[in-house]
Amino acid sequence: MALAQMKLDATEARLAGVTLPDGAVWARDARAAALERVRQMGLPTKRDEYWRYTDPSSLTAAEAPTAALLENDEGPLFEDVDRVRIVFVDGVFDPAASDDLSTEGVEIERLADAMQVDIHWAKDIYGVLEARGQKPVERPLAALNTALATDGVVIRATGKVSKPINFIYLHNDVASDAVLHNVVKVEADAEITLLETGPAAARFSKQLEVELGEGAVFNHVRAQGRDHERRAVTHCFARIAENSSFKSFTLTFNGVLTRNECVLEIVGDNAVAHVAGACVGDGKDFHHDDTVFVTHDAVNCESRQVFKKVLRNGATGVFQGKILVKEGAQKTDGYQISQSLLLDDDSQFLAKPELEIYADDVACSHGSTSGAIDETALFYLRSRGVSMTDARNLLTLSFLAEALEEIADEALAEELRDRLERWLARHS
Amino acid sequence: MLEIKDLKVKLEEEDKQILKGVDLKIEPGTVHAIMGPNGSGKSTLSYVLSGRDGYEVTGGTAALEGADLLDMEPEDRAAAGLFLAFQYPVEIPGVGNMTFLRTAVNAQRKARGEEELSAGDFLKIVREKAKSLQIDADMLKRPVNVGFSGGEKKRNEILQMAMLEPKMCILDETDSGLDVDAMKLVSEGVNALRSEGRSFLVITHYQRLLDHIKPDVVHIMADGKIVKSGGPELALEVENNGYADILAEVA
Ligand SMILES: Nc1ncnc2c1ncn2[C@@H]1O[C@H](COP(=O)(O)OP(=O)(O)O)[C@@H](O)[C@H]1O
Ligand SMILES: [Mg+2]
Repeated sequence: MALAQMKLDATEARLAGVTLPDGAVWARDARAAALERVRQMGLPTKRDEYWRYTDPSSLTAAEAPTAALLENDEGPLFEDVDRVRIVFVDGVFDPAASDDLSTEGVEIERLADAMQVDIHWAKDIYGVLEARGQKPVERPLAALNTALATDGVVIRATGKVSKPINFIYLHNDVASDAVLHNVVKVEADAEITLLETGPAAARFSKQLEVELGEGAVFNHVRAQGRDHERRAVTHCFARIAENSSFKSFTLTFNGVLTRNECVLEIVGDNAVAHVAGACVGDGKDFHHDDTVFVTHDAVNCESRQVFKKVLRNGATGVFQGKILVKEGAQKTDGYQISQSLLLDDDSQFLAKPELEIYADDVACSHGSTSGAIDETALFYLRSRGVSMTDARNLLTLSFLAEALEEIADEALAEELRDRLERWLARHS
Repeated sequence: MLEIKDLKVKLEEEDKQILKGVDLKIEPGTVHAIMGPNGSGKSTLSYVLSGRDGYEVTGGTAALEGADLLDMEPEDRAAAGLFLAFQYPVEIPGVGNMTFLRTAVNAQRKARGEEELSAGDFLKIVREKAKSLQIDADMLKRPVNVGFSGGEKKRNEILQMAMLEPKMCILDETDSGLDVDAMKLVSEGVNALRSEGRSFLVITHYQRLLDHIKPDVVHIMADGKIVKSGGPELALEVENNGYADILAEVA
């Protein structure tokens, strides 16, 4: 009890003096309710079961630790992709650097503008999916994001969106502390691809809420960047309707701390939900955490979780993944795999895979492994003349391949593969 | 081409001597065969020559065209012209056979200071060589050796050899697990590579491979040593009488 009270007191102290951004009544209400959720739950501490493997203190601290900008000659991603660029610099929308937001099949508005409008479709999503996602596991940092988000966009896809929408997160200020919240609504039978690229800020809190209509298609590819000292906590909440498809892939390079939570709720029959991630981390100060929760609450749906981590020089990877199959969610096909490739004895992978099933006619499987480079394969490659470094990198890429295969668009996958190859070459 | 003198090898992790003084001299353009009972150290010899971890050389030398092999990394031995067709080819999930071949070919060319092959030239050469080994496009696309039958794996080894054009080819029981037709294909693949500047060391249990790949010299290995050497007739003797007589004779 004393501990719980201490946690709430600490939360009050942290929230003292916080003022919520202004807006229309619904927006003010959504923020106030979210802040109240934070107060009820308390901000996370490393004593929390859900934060056992990842210390949240730098994410909850009043001041963001600074993060130097990484200098290398890697240019921006997806330059050759015909897309709509939406640029945020240290968490602030930059209209001059962004493309014209009017695109066929989609309405895009800045969050702050949408929040001024008395009657807006975003009212039914903003903070709503996040609030639903607080059960059965509390995610106070997501509620804090809903309360405080200063920028972001709301997107409504009404048809097949002609080009991908690319959120580009630039990081220029070593001390930036950004809180972004994006909302995507994909109407029935509409289709959209969302790209997210860049390191964003020294400390980045980002939330994405996605509502899929019947038969909607949502494809998401994210490359989480690159500055070595940056910290990020991201949440994705999605509600997945009948016959719709949700696919999300994240590639993470570097970062002192990354916690990516993905909370998917399948509410309509015959739907598909895939979430995948690959990360490469080098050094004791690399910590990467994927926390995933997929709820099946409909019949004949398929979900996949595919996570691969390459860890070297004392890096840490975390995976907490759950498949919850509710009563009546028959014919569920649930798959979960989390694997790490540990390139030395100092690196570690902490995994907590979980299945909880209340229906009897389901096929669910999960597995988690941790291993070193296959020495026999390494020798085989070297005996053919491939250098030690190239052989290791080839085997490392092949380890990550299963996760990259989750990307539907082959050109995007190829570009990320190239990036990875160069990252491996720089770090070997 | 290859000269091995009094080579002694033990296991790194255990106090177990496996090679107890091997002497072998292979001239350019010749084919040597090594036969011998299971466990006599034939594979160990091939691994030590190609640089696999886990073995400790406790004495002797091995040189390829005068260069000390035992001092080189495995990849440098390959670039110097050594090739081992594995007794048990390794499966590498996630690496396409074609990518593997191209990486290997270009790595060796680079190590030798040659230009890398263009994608187009490479493809042309692979297709041609694959065809003669009856390796289809699907096998080239699949991950290295994954899901290959025993015979497919062995043919894939020969394809690699044909692409890399080594000077000294060691074939470790390439005939095991092959049916008659596959054996013929593999032998034809090997014979096509025979040339004045290229030597072969063929490790086998059976005369039948040596019917196709005619050796100049046959050695018998037992308990970590070469105990007898002779012409092709030695292989016939083994085929007819087994090793017992020979081993008794040298004991
Ligand atoms: N890595 C190893 N670990 C343990 N024993 C080994 C290892 N490599 C070889 N040996 C042993 O060394 C001996 C020779 O093996 P090998 O070279 O495979 O013989 P061959 O190929 O002639 O059948 C055998 O007794 C085998 O068990
Ligand atoms: Mg053997």
